[in-house]
Amino acid sequence: MTEEIIISGFGGQGVLSMGKILAYAGIMEGKQVSWMPAYGPEQRGGTANVTVIVSDEVVSSPIVSAYDTAIVLNQPSLEKFEPLVKPGGTIIYDGHSIIQPPKRDDINVYCIDAMEEAARTGNSKVFNMLVLGGFLKVRPIATVEDVVKGLHKALPERHHKLIPMNEEAIRRGMELIKQM
Amino acid sequence: MDNEQKDIVLLKGNEVVAKAAVRYGYDGFFGYPITPQSEVLETLAVDKPWETTGMVVLQAESEVSSINMLYGAGCTGKLVFTSSSSPGIALMQEGISYMAACELPGVIVSVGRGGPGLGTIQPGQADYFQSVYGGGNGDYRTIVLAPNSVQEMSDCMGKAAELTFKWRMPVIILSDGVLGQMMEKVELPAPRPRRTDEEISQQCPWATNGIGLKKRQYNIMSSLEFDPATMEERNRKMAAKYHQVEAEEVDYELYKVDDDTEFLIVAYGISSRVSMKAVDILREAGVKVGMLRPKTLWPFPNKIISQLSERIKSILCVEQCEGQMINDVRLATEGQTKVFHSGRSGGMISSPMEVIEDFQKMAREEMSKNWPKGYWMK
Repeated sequence: MTEEIIISGFGGQGVLSMGKILAYAGIMEGKQVSWMPAYGPEQRGGTANVTVIVSDEVVSSPIVSAYDTAIVLNQPSLEKFEPLVKPGGTIIYDGHSIIQPPKRDDINVYCIDAMEEAARTGNSKVFNMLVLGGFLKVRPIATVEDVVKGLHKALPERHHKLIPMNEEAIRRGMELIKQM
Repeated sequence: MDNEQKDIVLLKGNEVVAKAAVRYGYDGFFGYPITPQSEVLETLAVDKPWETTGMVVLQAESEVSSINMLYGAGCTGKLVFTSSSSPGIALMQEGISYMAACELPGVIVSVGRGGPGLGTIQPGQADYFQSVYGGGNGDYRTIVLAPNSVQEMSDCMGKAAELTFKWRMPVIILSDGVLGQMMEKVELPAPRPRRTDEEISQQCPWATNGIGLKKRQYNIMSSLEFDPATMEERNRKMAAKYHQVEAEEVDYELYKVDDDTEFLIVAYGISSRVSMKAVDILREAGVKVGMLRPKTLWPFPNKIISQLSERIKSILCVEQCEGQMINDVRLATEGQTKVFHSGRSGGMISSPMEVIEDFQKMAREEMSKNWPKGYWMK
Protein backbone atom coordinates (compact mmCIF):
# COMPACT_ATOMS: atom_id res chain seq x y z
CA MET A 1 0.00 0.00 0.00
CA THR A 2 1.24 3.43 -0.94
CA GLU A 3 -0.97 6.50 -0.54
CA GLU A 4 0.31 9.73 -2.06
CA ILE A 5 -1.66 12.65 -0.70
CA ILE A 6 -1.62 16.38 -1.36
CA ILE A 7 -3.28 18.65 1.20
CA SER A 8 -3.68 22.21 -0.01
CA GLY A 9 -5.37 25.38 1.12
CA PHE A 10 -4.80 28.76 2.72
CA GLY A 11 -2.09 29.37 5.31
CA GLY A 12 -3.71 29.18 8.73
CA GLN A 13 -6.22 26.45 7.85
CA GLY A 14 -4.06 23.82 9.50
CA VAL A 15 -2.91 22.19 6.28
CA LEU A 16 0.63 21.46 7.46
CA SER A 17 -0.43 20.18 10.88
CA MET A 18 -3.08 17.95 9.35
CA GLY A 19 -0.34 16.42 7.22
CA LYS A 20 1.92 16.02 10.21
CA ILE A 21 -0.75 14.26 12.27
CA LEU A 22 -1.54 11.99 9.35
CA ALA A 23 2.16 11.14 8.98
CA TYR A 24 2.42 10.40 12.70
CA ALA A 25 -0.63 8.15 12.47
CA GLY A 26 1.16 6.31 9.65
CA ILE A 27 4.20 5.82 11.87
CA MET A 28 1.92 4.40 14.58
CA GLU A 29 0.67 1.90 11.99
CA GLY A 30 4.29 0.89 11.40
CA LYS A 31 4.40 2.48 7.96
CA GLN A 32 7.01 4.55 6.15
CA VAL A 33 6.10 8.21 5.76
CA SER A 34 7.29 11.46 4.26
CA TRP A 35 5.96 15.00 4.76
CA MET A 36 7.13 17.61 2.28
CA PRO A 37 5.78 21.16 2.48
CA ALA A 38 5.89 23.62 -0.38
CA TYR A 39 7.68 26.38 1.44
CA GLY A 40 8.37 29.93 0.43
CA PRO A 41 7.83 33.44 1.70
CA GLU A 42 4.48 32.24 3.10
CA GLN A 43 2.02 34.10 5.25
CA ARG A 44 -1.33 33.65 6.93
CA GLY A 45 -3.87 33.70 4.12
CA GLY A 46 -1.29 32.79 1.48
CA THR A 47 -1.22 29.36 -0.10
CA ALA A 48 0.04 26.31 1.75
CA ASN A 49 0.36 22.73 0.66
CA VAL A 50 2.03 19.58 1.84
CA THR A 51 2.67 16.22 0.21
CA VAL A 52 2.27 13.30 2.58
CA ILE A 53 3.20 9.78 1.54
CA VAL A 54 2.24 6.81 3.68
CA SER A 55 3.54 3.48 2.47
CA ASP A 56 4.35 -0.10 3.39
CA GLU A 57 7.55 0.27 1.38
CA VAL A 58 10.43 2.70 1.77
CA VAL A 59 9.30 6.05 0.38
CA SER A 60 11.46 6.78 -2.64
CA SER A 61 10.64 10.23 -3.96
CA PRO A 62 8.96 12.66 -1.54
CA ILE A 63 8.04 14.64 -4.65
CA VAL A 64 5.48 13.06 -6.95
CA SER A 65 3.80 14.02 -10.21
CA ALA A 66 0.39 12.51 -9.46
CA TYR A 67 -1.61 11.89 -6.32
CA ASP A 68 -3.90 9.16 -5.00
CA THR A 69 -5.80 11.71 -2.96
CA ALA A 70 -6.06 15.50 -3.08
CA ILE A 71 -7.58 17.30 -0.11
CA VAL A 72 -8.34 20.79 -1.37
CA LEU A 73 -9.51 23.53 0.93
CA ASN A 74 -9.70 26.48 -1.44
CA GLN A 75 -10.55 27.14 -5.07
CA PRO A 76 -6.99 27.77 -6.37
CA SER A 77 -5.89 24.46 -4.83
CA LEU A 78 -8.67 22.59 -6.59
CA GLU A 79 -7.73 24.13 -9.92
CA LYS A 80 -4.08 23.27 -9.39
CA PHE A 81 -4.43 19.71 -8.13
CA GLU A 82 -7.60 18.31 -9.77
CA PRO A 83 -5.69 17.45 -12.98
CA LEU A 84 -2.94 15.75 -10.94
CA VAL A 85 -5.14 13.14 -9.25
CA LYS A 86 -4.51 9.65 -10.64
CA PRO A 87 -7.48 8.09 -12.49
CA GLY A 88 -9.51 6.24 -9.87
CA GLY A 89 -8.10 8.54 -7.20
CA THR A 90 -9.94 10.73 -4.73
CA ILE A 91 -10.65 14.42 -4.24
CA ILE A 92 -11.98 15.72 -0.96
CA TYR A 93 -13.05 19.35 -0.81
CA ASP A 94 -14.59 21.65 1.72
CA GLY A 95 -18.10 22.61 0.67
CA HIS A 96 -17.84 26.21 1.85
CA SER A 97 -14.44 26.98 0.33
CA ILE A 98 -15.05 25.57 -3.13
CA ILE A 99 -17.42 27.44 -5.42
CA GLN A 100 -16.89 25.40 -8.57
CA PRO A 101 -16.69 21.71 -7.66
CA PRO A 102 -14.42 19.20 -9.47
CA LYS A 103 -15.50 18.24 -12.99
CA ARG A 104 -13.61 14.99 -13.59
CA ASP A 105 -15.69 11.83 -13.74
CA ASP A 106 -12.83 9.31 -13.53
CA ILE A 107 -12.15 10.04 -9.86
CA ASN A 108 -14.07 9.75 -6.60
CA VAL A 109 -15.27 13.15 -5.44
CA TYR A 110 -16.22 13.79 -1.83
CA CYS A 111 -17.43 16.96 -0.15
CA ILE A 112 -17.21 17.75 3.54
CA ASP A 113 -18.89 20.78 5.08
CA ALA A 114 -16.16 21.18 7.64
CA MET A 115 -15.95 24.98 7.57
CA GLU A 116 -19.70 25.21 8.18
CA GLU A 117 -19.52 22.71 11.02
CA ALA A 118 -16.59 24.52 12.58
CA ALA A 119 -18.48 27.81 12.38
CA ARG A 120 -21.66 26.21 13.73
CA THR A 121 -19.89 24.82 16.78
CA GLY A 122 -17.86 28.00 17.20
CA ASN A 123 -14.62 26.03 17.18
CA SER A 124 -12.72 26.98 14.05
CA LYS A 125 -9.50 25.37 15.32
CA VAL A 126 -10.75 21.82 14.73
CA PHE A 127 -11.53 22.54 11.07
CA ASN A 128 -8.55 20.52 9.87
CA MET A 129 -9.42 17.59 12.16
CA LEU A 130 -12.95 17.48 10.74
CA VAL A 131 -11.41 17.22 7.27
CA LEU A 132 -8.94 14.58 8.46
CA GLY A 133 -11.85 12.56 9.83
CA GLY A 134 -13.56 12.75 6.46
CA PHE A 135 -10.39 11.60 4.73
CA LEU A 136 -9.96 8.63 7.07
CA LYS A 137 -13.57 7.61 6.45
CA VAL A 138 -13.03 7.30 2.69
CA ARG A 139 -9.35 6.29 2.77
CA PRO A 140 -8.96 4.27 5.97
CA ILE A 141 -5.16 4.17 5.95
CA ALA A 142 -5.00 4.65 9.72
CA THR A 143 -7.41 4.04 12.58
CA VAL A 144 -8.74 6.85 14.77
CA GLU A 145 -6.89 5.21 17.67
CA ASP A 146 -3.60 5.56 15.79
CA VAL A 147 -4.36 9.16 14.92
CA VAL A 148 -4.95 9.87 18.60
CA LYS A 149 -1.64 8.19 19.43
CA GLY A 150 -0.11 10.33 16.67
CA LEU A 151 -1.60 13.44 18.26
CA HIS A 152 0.10 12.56 21.54
CA LYS A 153 3.42 12.48 19.69
CA ALA A 154 2.81 15.48 17.46
CA LEU A 155 1.54 17.89 20.09
CA PRO A 156 3.61 19.27 22.96
CA GLU A 157 2.44 17.95 26.33
CA ARG A 158 0.83 21.22 27.34
CA HIS A 159 -1.68 20.75 24.53
CA HIS A 160 -2.58 17.16 25.35
CA LYS A 161 -5.75 18.32 27.10
CA LEU A 162 -7.05 19.34 23.66
CA ILE A 163 -6.77 15.82 22.24
CA PRO A 164 -10.29 14.61 23.22
CA MET A 165 -11.78 17.62 21.41
CA ASN A 166 -9.74 16.79 18.30
CA GLU A 167 -10.73 13.13 18.47
CA GLU A 168 -14.37 14.16 18.64
CA ALA A 169 -13.85 16.36 15.57
CA ILE A 170 -12.29 13.48 13.64
CA ARG A 171 -15.27 11.26 14.44
CA ARG A 172 -17.68 14.07 13.50
CA GLY A 173 -15.81 14.54 10.21
CA MET A 174 -16.36 10.85 9.45
CA GLU A 175 -20.10 11.44 9.68
CA LEU A 176 -20.07 14.65 7.68
CA ILE A 177 -18.30 13.54 4.52
CA LYS A 178 -20.52 12.70 1.57
CA GLN A 179 -19.84 11.37 -1.91
CA MET A 180 -20.80 13.70 -4.74
CA MET B 1 3.98 -1.63 18.58
CA ASP B 2 7.71 -1.43 17.88
CA ASN B 3 7.61 2.14 16.73
CA GLU B 4 6.01 3.29 19.95
CA GLN B 5 8.65 1.68 22.08
CA LYS B 6 11.65 2.86 20.09
CA ASP B 7 12.36 6.56 20.13
CA ILE B 8 11.24 7.05 16.55
CA VAL B 9 10.19 10.59 15.85
CA LEU B 10 8.93 12.58 12.91
CA LEU B 11 11.27 15.50 12.31
CA LYS B 12 12.56 17.86 9.65
CA GLY B 13 16.09 17.29 8.39
CA ASN B 14 17.18 20.60 9.90
CA GLU B 15 15.74 19.72 13.32
CA VAL B 16 17.51 16.38 13.16
CA VAL B 17 20.87 18.04 12.48
CA ALA B 18 20.50 20.03 15.70
CA LYS B 19 19.27 17.12 17.81
CA ALA B 20 21.86 14.70 16.46
CA ALA B 21 24.67 17.19 17.15
CA VAL B 22 23.72 17.38 20.82
CA ARG B 23 23.51 13.59 21.06
CA TYR B 24 26.81 13.02 19.24
CA GLY B 25 28.50 15.22 21.86
CA TYR B 26 29.27 18.30 19.77
CA ASP B 27 30.89 21.06 21.80
CA GLY B 28 29.49 24.02 19.95
CA PHE B 29 27.44 25.58 17.17
CA PHE B 30 28.01 28.96 15.59
CA GLY B 31 25.61 30.08 12.92
CA TYR B 32 23.40 32.65 11.36
CA PRO B 33 19.79 32.11 10.21
CA ILE B 34 19.01 31.67 6.53
CA THR B 35 16.17 29.86 4.75
CA PRO B 36 15.98 26.89 4.28
CA GLN B 37 18.17 25.93 7.23
CA SER B 38 16.97 28.25 10.01
CA GLU B 39 15.44 25.37 11.98
CA VAL B 40 18.95 24.21 12.96
CA LEU B 41 19.53 27.28 15.11
CA GLU B 42 15.86 27.44 16.15
CA THR B 43 15.88 23.84 17.37
CA LEU B 44 19.08 24.40 19.32
CA ALA B 45 17.57 27.53 20.90
CA VAL B 46 14.48 25.55 21.95
CA ASP B 47 16.40 22.51 23.21
CA LYS B 48 18.96 24.61 25.18
CA PRO B 49 21.79 22.06 25.10
CA TRP B 50 23.98 24.43 27.15
CA GLU B 51 21.83 23.46 30.12
CA THR B 52 22.30 19.72 29.56
CA THR B 53 25.52 18.76 27.76
CA GLY B 54 27.16 22.16 28.07
CA MET B 55 27.23 22.60 24.30
CA VAL B 56 27.71 26.23 23.27
CA VAL B 57 25.12 27.68 20.89
CA LEU B 58 25.83 31.10 19.47
CA GLN B 59 24.07 33.16 16.85
CA ALA B 60 26.92 35.04 15.23
CA GLU B 61 26.50 38.40 13.54
CA SER B 62 27.19 36.90 10.12
CA GLU B 63 28.34 33.77 8.31
CA VAL B 64 31.85 35.22 8.14
CA SER B 65 31.95 35.35 11.94
CA SER B 66 30.44 31.88 12.23
CA ILE B 67 33.14 30.22 10.16
CA ASN B 68 35.92 32.09 11.96
CA MET B 69 34.45 31.03 15.30
CA LEU B 70 34.57 27.49 13.91
CA TYR B 71 38.23 28.08 13.07
CA GLY B 72 38.94 29.32 16.59
CA ALA B 73 37.13 26.48 18.31
CA GLY B 74 38.70 23.96 15.92
CA CYS B 75 42.15 25.19 17.00
CA THR B 76 41.37 24.07 20.53
CA GLY B 77 40.39 20.57 19.38
CA LYS B 78 36.69 21.06 20.08
CA LEU B 79 34.03 19.37 17.97
CA VAL B 80 32.02 22.22 16.49
CA PHE B 81 29.74 22.88 13.54
CA THR B 82 27.99 25.59 11.63
CA SER B 83 25.15 25.46 9.18
CA SER B 84 23.95 27.72 6.43
CA SER B 85 22.54 27.79 2.93
CA SER B 86 24.03 28.67 -0.43
CA PRO B 87 24.81 32.44 -0.19
CA GLY B 88 25.82 31.97 3.45
CA ILE B 89 28.18 29.12 2.58
CA ALA B 90 29.62 31.39 -0.13
CA LEU B 91 30.57 33.89 2.58
CA MET B 92 32.35 31.12 4.50
CA GLN B 93 34.70 30.04 1.74
CA GLU B 94 37.70 32.08 2.96
CA GLY B 95 37.35 30.58 6.43
CA ILE B 96 37.05 27.06 5.06
CA SER B 97 40.30 27.52 3.13
CA TYR B 98 42.03 28.78 6.30
CA MET B 99 40.70 25.80 8.28
CA ALA B 100 41.91 23.39 5.61
CA ALA B 101 45.31 25.12 5.58
CA CYS B 102 45.67 24.70 9.34
CA GLU B 103 44.29 21.15 9.13
CA LEU B 104 41.49 21.94 11.55
CA PRO B 105 38.43 19.88 12.38
CA GLY B 106 35.02 21.42 11.85
CA VAL B 107 31.69 20.42 10.33
CA ILE B 108 29.79 22.64 7.90
CA VAL B 109 26.18 21.78 7.10
CA SER B 110 25.10 23.24 3.77
CA VAL B 111 21.36 23.19 3.01
CA GLY B 112 21.33 24.16 -0.65
CA ARG B 113 18.87 26.50 -2.32
CA GLY B 114 18.41 27.95 -5.79
CA GLY B 115 21.16 30.25 -7.03
CA PRO B 116 23.31 32.00 -8.15
CA GLY B 117 23.47 35.22 -6.16
CA LEU B 118 20.85 35.61 -3.48
CA GLY B 119 18.80 33.28 -5.67
CA THR B 120 15.63 31.70 -4.29
CA ILE B 121 14.85 30.08 -0.97
CA GLN B 122 13.54 26.90 -2.60
CA PRO B 123 15.67 23.73 -2.72
CA GLY B 124 18.61 23.40 -5.10
CA GLN B 125 21.77 21.44 -5.81
CA ALA B 126 23.74 24.16 -7.52
CA ASP B 127 26.45 24.15 -4.87
CA TYR B 128 28.26 21.00 -5.95
CA PHE B 129 31.19 23.01 -7.30
CA GLN B 130 31.18 25.25 -4.23
CA SER B 131 31.41 22.29 -1.84
CA VAL B 132 33.47 19.82 -3.81
CA TYR B 133 35.93 22.17 -5.49
CA GLY B 134 35.81 24.88 -2.87
CA GLY B 135 35.33 28.59 -3.30
CA GLY B 136 38.32 29.31 -1.11
CA ASN B 137 41.84 29.84 -2.38
CA GLY B 138 44.69 27.39 -2.55
CA ASP B 139 45.42 23.68 -2.80
CA TYR B 140 42.87 22.21 -0.45
CA ARG B 141 40.05 19.70 -0.34
CA THR B 142 37.17 19.11 2.03
CA ILE B 143 35.38 15.83 2.61
CA VAL B 144 31.82 16.23 1.29
CA LEU B 145 29.07 13.92 2.56
CA ALA B 146 25.76 13.75 0.71
CA PRO B 147 22.80 12.49 2.76
CA ASN B 148 19.56 11.62 0.96
CA SER B 149 17.13 11.16 3.84
CA VAL B 150 16.31 12.72 7.17
CA GLN B 151 17.83 9.64 8.86
CA GLU B 152 21.06 10.19 6.96
CA MET B 153 21.11 13.85 8.02
CA SER B 154 21.42 12.46 11.54
CA ASP B 155 23.90 9.73 10.61
CA CYS B 156 26.11 12.19 8.71
CA MET B 157 26.50 14.35 11.82
CA GLY B 158 28.08 11.33 13.51
CA LYS B 159 30.17 10.35 10.51
CA ALA B 160 31.39 13.92 9.98
CA ALA B 161 32.40 14.16 13.65
CA GLU B 162 34.53 11.06 13.22
CA LEU B 163 36.07 11.98 9.85
CA THR B 164 36.92 15.57 10.70
CA PHE B 165 39.23 14.45 13.53
CA LYS B 166 40.48 11.32 11.81
CA TRP B 167 41.78 13.36 8.87
CA ARG B 168 42.05 16.81 10.47
CA MET B 169 40.15 18.53 7.71
CA PRO B 170 36.80 20.32 7.45
CA VAL B 171 33.86 18.13 6.50
CA ILE B 172 30.92 19.54 4.56
CA ILE B 173 27.51 17.88 4.73
CA LEU B 174 25.90 18.90 1.45
CA SER B 175 22.16 18.71 1.85
CA ASP B 176 19.36 20.61 0.14
CA GLY B 177 16.17 22.46 0.96
CA VAL B 178 14.01 19.36 0.52
CA LEU B 179 16.00 17.28 2.99
CA GLY B 180 16.13 20.24 5.37
CA GLN B 181 12.41 20.97 5.22
CA MET B 182 10.83 17.55 4.80
CA MET B 183 9.84 15.34 7.70
CA GLU B 184 10.53 11.64 7.84
CA LYS B 185 10.72 9.23 10.67
CA VAL B 186 14.10 9.07 12.24
CA GLU B 187 15.80 7.17 15.01
CA LEU B 188 18.10 9.54 16.84
CA PRO B 189 21.48 8.27 18.08
CA ALA B 190 21.96 7.32 21.70
CA PRO B 191 23.35 10.33 23.58
CA ARG B 192 27.07 10.21 24.20
CA PRO B 193 28.98 12.59 26.46
CA ARG B 194 31.15 15.39 25.14
CA ARG B 195 34.87 14.65 25.33
CA THR B 196 36.67 15.80 28.46
CA ASP B 197 39.69 18.16 28.28
CA GLU B 198 41.96 15.16 28.92
CA GLU B 199 40.41 13.22 26.07
CA ILE B 200 40.76 16.22 23.77
CA SER B 201 44.43 16.72 24.59
CA GLN B 202 45.07 13.03 23.99
CA GLN B 203 43.20 13.02 20.68
CA CYS B 204 44.54 16.41 19.57
CA PRO B 205 48.14 16.92 20.71
CA TRP B 206 48.31 19.72 18.12
CA ALA B 207 45.53 21.74 19.75
CA THR B 208 46.25 25.28 20.93
CA ASN B 209 44.23 24.91 24.10
CA GLY B 210 46.89 25.47 26.75
CA ILE B 211 46.28 22.07 28.32
CA GLY B 212 49.45 20.42 29.68
CA LEU B 213 51.66 23.33 28.57
CA LYS B 214 54.29 22.59 31.21
CA LYS B 215 55.01 19.23 29.60
CA ARG B 216 55.01 20.25 25.96
CA GLN B 217 56.06 22.84 23.40
CA TYR B 218 53.72 25.63 22.39
CA ASN B 219 51.46 24.71 19.50
CA ILE B 220 51.21 27.36 16.83
CA MET B 221 48.32 27.52 14.39
CA SER B 222 48.73 29.67 11.30
CA SER B 223 48.14 29.36 7.59
CA LEU B 224 50.77 32.03 6.84
CA GLU B 225 54.21 30.94 5.66
CA PHE B 226 57.02 33.33 4.66
CA ASP B 227 59.06 30.62 2.97
CA PRO B 228 57.52 29.17 -0.21
CA ALA B 229 59.52 25.97 0.12
CA THR B 230 57.96 25.37 3.54
CA MET B 231 54.53 26.11 2.11
CA GLU B 232 55.14 23.61 -0.67
CA GLU B 233 56.19 21.03 1.88
CA ARG B 234 52.97 21.62 3.80
CA ASN B 235 50.93 21.33 0.61
CA ARG B 236 52.62 18.07 -0.32
CA LYS B 237 51.95 16.66 3.10
CA MET B 238 48.30 17.64 2.76
CA ALA B 239 48.14 16.24 -0.78
CA ALA B 240 49.43 12.91 0.50
CA LYS B 241 46.71 12.96 3.13
CA TYR B 242 44.09 13.76 0.49
CA HIS B 243 45.24 10.80 -1.61
CA GLN B 244 44.82 8.60 1.42
CA VAL B 245 41.30 9.94 1.99
CA GLU B 246 40.54 9.18 -1.67
CA ALA B 247 41.74 5.63 -1.18
CA GLU B 248 39.88 4.97 2.05
CA GLU B 249 36.73 7.04 2.41
CA VAL B 250 34.78 6.66 -0.85
CA ASP B 251 31.20 5.71 -0.07
CA TYR B 252 28.33 5.02 -2.47
CA GLU B 253 25.14 3.01 -2.84
CA LEU B 254 24.03 0.93 -5.79
CA TYR B 255 20.28 0.67 -6.39
CA LYS B 256 18.98 -2.08 -8.68
CA VAL B 257 22.33 -2.38 -10.46
CA ASP B 258 22.97 -5.96 -11.55
CA ASP B 259 24.84 -7.84 -14.26
CA ASP B 260 22.19 -7.03 -16.89
CA THR B 261 21.96 -3.32 -16.17
CA GLU B 262 22.13 -1.41 -19.46
CA PHE B 263 21.60 2.14 -18.26
CA LEU B 264 22.78 3.96 -15.17
CA ILE B 265 21.42 6.98 -13.34
CA VAL B 266 23.92 8.81 -11.14
CA ALA B 267 22.36 11.11 -8.54
CA TYR B 268 22.95 12.32 -4.99
CA GLY B 269 20.79 13.94 -2.29
CA ILE B 270 17.19 14.70 -3.21
CA SER B 271 17.83 13.85 -6.87
CA SER B 272 18.65 10.30 -5.84
CA ARG B 273 15.29 9.98 -4.10
CA VAL B 274 13.43 11.25 -7.17
CA SER B 275 15.55 8.99 -9.39
CA MET B 276 14.86 5.96 -7.20
CA LYS B 277 11.18 6.27 -8.05
CA ALA B 278 12.04 6.76 -11.73
CA VAL B 279 14.14 3.58 -11.60
CA ASP B 280 11.27 1.68 -9.95
CA ILE B 281 8.79 2.77 -12.62
CA LEU B 282 11.23 2.02 -15.48
CA ARG B 283 12.19 -1.36 -14.00
CA GLU B 284 8.52 -2.28 -13.76
CA ALA B 285 8.23 -1.50 -17.47
CA GLY B 286 11.15 -3.84 -18.16
CA VAL B 287 13.89 -1.28 -18.67
CA LYS B 288 17.25 -2.46 -17.34
CA VAL B 289 18.24 0.62 -15.40
CA GLY B 290 19.92 1.08 -12.04
CA MET B 291 21.20 3.93 -9.95
CA LEU B 292 24.51 4.79 -8.39
CA ARG B 293 24.33 7.26 -5.53
CA PRO B 294 27.56 8.84 -4.31
CA LYS B 295 27.36 9.16 -0.52
CA THR B 296 30.67 10.99 -0.56
CA LEU B 297 31.01 13.64 -3.29
CA TRP B 298 34.65 14.09 -2.36
CA PRO B 299 36.23 11.63 -2.47
CA PHE B 300 34.17 10.76 -5.56
CA PRO B 301 33.35 7.12 -6.44
CA ASN B 302 35.47 7.17 -9.62
CA LYS B 303 36.46 3.53 -9.61
CA ILE B 304 32.99 2.00 -9.58
CA ILE B 305 31.76 4.44 -12.25
CA SER B 306 34.74 3.55 -14.42
CA GLN B 307 34.07 -0.17 -13.94
CA LEU B 308 30.37 0.14 -14.71
CA SER B 309 31.09 2.34 -17.75
CA GLU B 310 32.78 -0.61 -19.44
CA ARG B 311 29.39 -2.25 -19.95
CA ILE B 312 26.77 0.49 -19.47
CA LYS B 313 25.19 1.94 -22.63
CA SER B 314 24.83 5.45 -21.27
CA ILE B 315 24.54 7.38 -18.04
CA LEU B 316 21.98 9.97 -16.97
CA CYS B 317 23.32 12.35 -14.33
CA VAL B 318 20.38 13.78 -12.36
CA GLU B 319 21.02 16.91 -10.30
CA GLN B 320 18.96 19.98 -9.52
CA CYS B 321 21.20 22.45 -11.34
CA GLU B 322 22.30 23.01 -14.91
CA GLY B 323 25.05 20.39 -14.67
CA GLN B 324 27.91 20.31 -12.17
CA MET B 325 28.47 16.76 -10.87
CA ILE B 326 28.16 15.65 -14.49
CA ASN B 327 31.76 16.83 -15.01
CA ASP B 328 33.02 14.41 -12.36
CA VAL B 329 30.86 11.60 -13.72
CA ARG B 330 32.31 12.20 -17.20
CA LEU B 331 35.85 12.15 -15.83
CA ALA B 332 35.09 8.94 -13.95
CA THR B 333 33.81 7.18 -17.08
CA GLU B 334 37.19 7.80 -18.72
CA GLY B 335 35.36 8.34 -21.98
CA GLN B 336 33.96 4.83 -22.09
CA THR B 337 30.33 5.90 -22.19
CA LYS B 338 28.19 8.95 -22.86
CA VAL B 339 26.81 10.98 -19.98
CA PHE B 340 23.63 13.07 -20.24
CA HIS B 341 22.19 15.71 -17.93
CA SER B 342 18.75 15.80 -16.32
CA GLY B 343 17.49 18.27 -13.76
CA ARG B 344 15.79 21.54 -12.93
CA SER B 345 17.40 24.58 -11.35
CA GLY B 346 16.75 27.84 -9.56
CA GLY B 347 14.71 26.20 -6.81
CA MET B 348 12.68 23.83 -9.01
CA ILE B 349 12.92 20.09 -8.37
CA SER B 350 12.47 17.37 -11.00
CA SER B 351 9.56 15.03 -10.61
CA PRO B 352 10.13 11.32 -11.25
CA MET B 353 8.25 11.66 -14.57
CA GLU B 354 10.59 14.43 -15.73
CA VAL B 355 13.55 12.17 -15.01
CA ILE B 356 11.83 9.40 -16.97
CA GLU B 357 11.24 11.76 -19.92
CA ASP B 358 14.92 12.70 -19.98
CA PHE B 359 15.86 9.06 -19.60
CA GLN B 360 13.65 8.16 -22.53
CA LYS B 361 15.24 10.85 -24.70
CA MET B 362 18.65 9.47 -23.84
CA ALA B 363 17.76 5.82 -24.28
CA ARG B 364 15.63 6.08 -27.42
CA GLU B 365 18.53 5.47 -29.76
CA GLU B 366 19.95 2.58 -27.79
CA MET B 367 16.71 0.78 -27.10
CA SER B 368 15.37 -1.96 -29.33
CA LYS B 369 12.00 -1.55 -31.00
CA ASN B 370 10.55 -3.35 -27.99
CA TRP B 371 10.54 -0.12 -26.01
CA PRO B 372 7.88 -0.79 -23.41
CA LYS B 373 4.79 1.31 -23.79
CA GLY B 374 1.94 2.22 -21.54
CA TYR B 375 3.83 3.10 -18.39
CA TRP B 376 3.31 6.81 -18.74
CA MET B 377 1.42 8.38 -15.90
CA LYS B 378 -0.86 11.07 -17.23
